Amino acid sequence: MTEPADRDLDLFEPRETDVFAGFEGDIPGEPGRIETWIRAYGPAGVAFVVVLVLWEGLTRAFDVETFLLPKPSEIAQRFVVNFDVIWAAGFRTFFEALGGFVVGGVMAVVMALATVRWSAVREGLLPFAIAANTTPIIALAPIANNWFNVTSPVSKMAVVAVIVFFPVMINTARGLLEVQPEELELLRAAAATPRQVLRLVRIPSALPFFFSSLKVASALSIIGAIVAEYFGGPQDVLGQYILNRANLFQFPDAWAAIVVASIIGITFYMVIVVAERLAMPWHVSLRKTDTA
Amino acid sequence: MSDAVVLARGVGKVFGAGAARVEALTGIDLRIDQGEFISLIGPSGCGKSTLLRLIGDLLQPSTGELIVNGKEPRQARLDRDYGIVFQQATLLDWRTVRANVELPLEIMGVPKEERQARATEMLSLVQLQDFADHHPWQLSGGMQQRVAIARALSFRPALLLMDEPFGALDEMTRELMQQEVLRIWTETETTVVFVTHSIPEAVFLSTRVVVMSPRPGRISQVVDVPLPHPRDVDTRESDDYYRLITEVREALRRGEER
Repeated sequence: MTEPADRDLDLFEPRETDVFAGFEGDIPGEPGRIETWIRAYGPAGVAFVVVLVLWEGLTRAFDVETFLLPKPSEIAQRFVVNFDVIWAAGFRTFFEALGGFVVGGVMAVVMALATVRWSAVREGLLPFAIAANTTPIIALAPIANNWFNVTSPVSKMAVVAVIVFFPVMINTARGLLEVQPEELELLRAAAATPRQVLRLVRIPSALPFFFSSLKVASALSIIGAIVAEYFGGPQDVLGQYILNRANLFQFPDAWAAIVVASIIGITFYMVIVVAERLAMPWHVSLRKTDTA
Repeated sequence: MSDAVVLARGVGKVFGAGAARVEALTGIDLRIDQGEFISLIGPSGCGKSTLLRLIGDLLQPSTGELIVNGKEPRQARLDRDYGIVFQQATLLDWRTVRANVELPLEIMGVPKEERQARATEMLSLVQLQDFADHHPWQLSGGMQQRVAIARALSFRPALLLMDEPFGALDEMTRELMQQEVLRIWTETETTVVFVTHSIPEAVFLSTRVVVMSPRPGRISQVVDVPLPHPRDVDTRESDDYYRLITEVREALRRGEER
């Protein structure tokens, strides 16, 4: 008989994640939270400040006209002065974007599930969805304004929903369909029902694809809402605010509104990143160096 | 006379049609009795994995008759008469080790408490009880494959199908795993069908080695392996072991030449 110790040997084989252990010796002590944070975000913060300083310095040095490119300090001043108006407009625009995002996202997931269930949907409709995804859907905006009451946020939501629908639908469908063949064989060997295959393997496999598409869609939804607003509707939204201020040559005001749009877009994106982490901590891109 | 767990009569499998037609298997006659450890060995394209998948009803034969555990392969699959282990451990990353072992039981609708008890038992069988709450990616290749074995045995199937399960492991781990599988085979009295292209592995593990040859895939010879049990490091150094390795190697060569 073999020594039990022999058999046990590979219990103690280094795990793949242990490759990081080799580097731990280089770091004096545990890096603190703040230190980690600075390491992670420091470079981006420095770049941001450098760009702002260059922008301010160069526009001053070459005396660039405000209507061409306002100085950051001017934009900041208008941002403060118009704070309430711009943010109120920002939230109305975000409401349109979010409404369209939810409607388009839910419809996309339903359709993606349908591609798994019915091959007719997969083979008949998916190619059209892929084609539609490459067309500039935003061009629909004037038409959607006509279909749905132009004064209602629903017309903007409709545009956003269509824009969000295609990338989410296509990517989620891909995730649901492109499961490892061995995982399917494993479930087949265990005599799993199609519903069990969906729940146990297809949906978890699709999550990374789904969240990637949501990240893209979050940015698209803000863009879609603002551009749809350019084509008419109530005046108290970001798109109209930017348009009106630009027409009045009040460019620093327009820029301040663009800053608000960016802040909303980035925040929306970050919320999805957090949701992704909570939903799939197991994914290779999100794993923490493990405890053992 | 023990019961046949697998009975194949004139089994053949053809893939594709017309110019793309490939005869993967032809005229397979094979009887595997309860408690046997059978290796299917042969070069690439000899249909050994195909034969394993026919037994598991992951593929269906084109010709001939195949009986698994006294029934049609499909019925045997639906009755969960076999567990299967692939070359890749195929563990689900989003489940802990324990939840991976419980997967087939969950599919079968076994109540939670029984599932947990069974998973604990199986994890101690493969000596991974301390890793129950880990995730698969935190384990080495050999450990992952042991989880896959625990999962395949979790519902106590009569038959264990293994498709080159140690093909991706390094030589040292591989030998340890072979020892493990023999121990598990002895403890559980499961019948094993084991696909490999390693001659020493086939001889060390098996009660019989089924030597296959390609184009079209067929059985060219069956080599009995009367090495005594339990088998260990001494077995690997015995003269009988070398003699049997030579016998299988020559059978493989004859199969290629024909």
